[in-house]
Amino acid sequence: MDPILELNGLSKVYRGGLKALDNVDLSVRKGEIFALLGPNGAGKTTLIGAVCGLVRPSSGTIHAFGHDLATDWRKARSRIGLVPQELSTDMFEPVEHAVSYSRGLFGLAPDRQRIEEILRSLSLWEKRGERIMALSGGMKRRVLIAKALAHEPDLLFLDEPTAGVDVELRKGMWAIIDKMRARGTTIILTTHYIEEAEMMADRVGVINRGKLLMVDEKDAMMARLGRTEAHITLAQPLATLPPEIGRFPVELEAGGTVLRYRGGDGTGKGKAEVAELTKALIGAGIDYVGIDTRESSLEDIFVSLLGEGEVPQ
Amino acid sequence: MISWRSTWSIYTRELVRFLRTAFQSVLAPVLTTSLYFIVFGAAIGGRMPDLDGVQYGAFIIPGLLMLTLLGETTSNSSFGIYMPRFTGTIYELLSAPVGVTETLIGFVGAAMTKSLILATIILVTARLFVDYSIAYPVLAVFYIMLVAAAFSLFGFILGIWADNFEKLGIIPMLFLTPLTFLGGTFYSIDMLPKPWDTIALANPIVYLVSGLRWTFYGTSDVNIWVSFGITLGFLALCVSVIAYIFKTGWRLRA
Repeated sequence: MDPILELNGLSKVYRGGLKALDNVDLSVRKGEIFALLGPNGAGKTTLIGAVCGLVRPSSGTIHAFGHDLATDWRKARSRIGLVPQELSTDMFEPVEHAVSYSRGLFGLAPDRQRIEEILRSLSLWEKRGERIMALSGGMKRRVLIAKALAHEPDLLFLDEPTAGVDVELRKGMWAIIDKMRARGTTIILTTHYIEEAEMMADRVGVINRGKLLMVDEKDAMMARLGRTEAHITLAQPLATLPPEIGRFPVELEAGGTVLRYRGGDGTGKGKAEVAELTKALIGAGIDYVGIDTRESSLEDIFVSLLGEGEVPQ
Repeated sequence: MISWRSTWSIYTRELVRFLRTAFQSVLAPVLTTSLYFIVFGAAIGGRMPDLDGVQYGAFIIPGLLMLTLLGETTSNSSFGIYMPRFTGTIYELLSAPVGVTETLIGFVGAAMTKSLILATIILVTARLFVDYSIAYPVLAVFYIMLVAAAFSLFGFILGIWADNFEKLGIIPMLFLTPLTFLGGTFYSIDMLPKPWDTIALANPIVYLVSGLRWTFYGTSDVNIWVSFGITLGFLALCVSVIAYIFKTGWRLRA
């Protein structure tokens, strides 16, 4: 599929020497939800800023919809929307006016019907006449989304869209993102909630210290880096492992009373292997009193990647 | 290519912001101007001789107009761009497909409009206290617009330069207001003893007050073309500085 956004060798060194982006190459496809994961200060917001015109790249190129952002930025920016991390908007403005202003700022003719549609989809229509300062935090964030959608962007950046939002509102926000995806909007989101990326994203990129450590399909990443972990509590402690058990990726722990299995991948292979292991234990006459299995999450993979600081093969 | 819809959006939003505080924005200059006319026009002015053949109360109108015009235009424009920087809402402007032209016409045009509204209000207020007529009304309007444009641009630069509220207020308060007071608002430069009459010519505001006074009464401290030239030169300088700011992203883009 054609890339909608392409970054090549993108670097940003701030005055003072901080390298926020280090030779980043990234290609985002049309219609996908791309989650950019990374700890605080990893370079996520700088990357978004570089594409959206808030940050001047030190080197590298950015192409959006085939337009070079260094030269043909007007055409590219008119199709990009941004929901910033901070609740930055004129708090004295009424909701509808703020959203209409955003549409006009991007050079589009007023369209009350379209604004109504956007406000209704975000459950803001009833609040259209209210000043933004009078709204709750979750509603303010939805106003920012409405402002970003006012010019009907094809590519939308959501910088920490659910930061500081309670669980219920977060789920509501996910539903909104889902609707946008259904409309064909390409979405790039940064998040601290790995669970969010796991649930929403088609592809995931992990960034740390300005370097893009890995980009892959979420499912492929889970399959490649995912693990199954099983703790089998033995009825009697074992000093050594018999060969038929030793062929599995297992280790003895807790003085030989726990057999720990760590293997498989994110596709369920590990579970099948644990089942085989239990049969092998019975075959070898080793009794057990409990089994606890756990599949590794995207969060485990993320933490492991950050720990290693390099792309695992 | 300029996006006029984007320009119109910035312009109207700025005017709406002005209208939100219209009571304070309009009432404060009207009250200040009225006080000046009561003190200098009625109380003291009655005892002053005519200056350049103009009654003292009428003589000070262009200066007072310039005093309000410079202060209000600079602060309106500087706040207009500083507040989005301060609150973070500037992200929307920077990420939109708008360039320096749309931004300037929008922000500076709105600041100019506000200034022209204020100038009209001040002239109407002055009419309540002093009898005056304008010798070259078209030129007066043109000159007021020229000064408003130049100082809107100046305010815009100030709003980008300032990184706190103190800096935002320091230039109008410590430089513009004193220079306007010393720029012949209440007197003719000819009235100053030597060498102060020559030193006063180093004050750029002298040329602005003098130029506006010429459009009102046909008399001035300095040649009208010098006044026009200096105003245009200042305007060109401000445009160049802003073009540089947008080109480099200084204080706008990280």
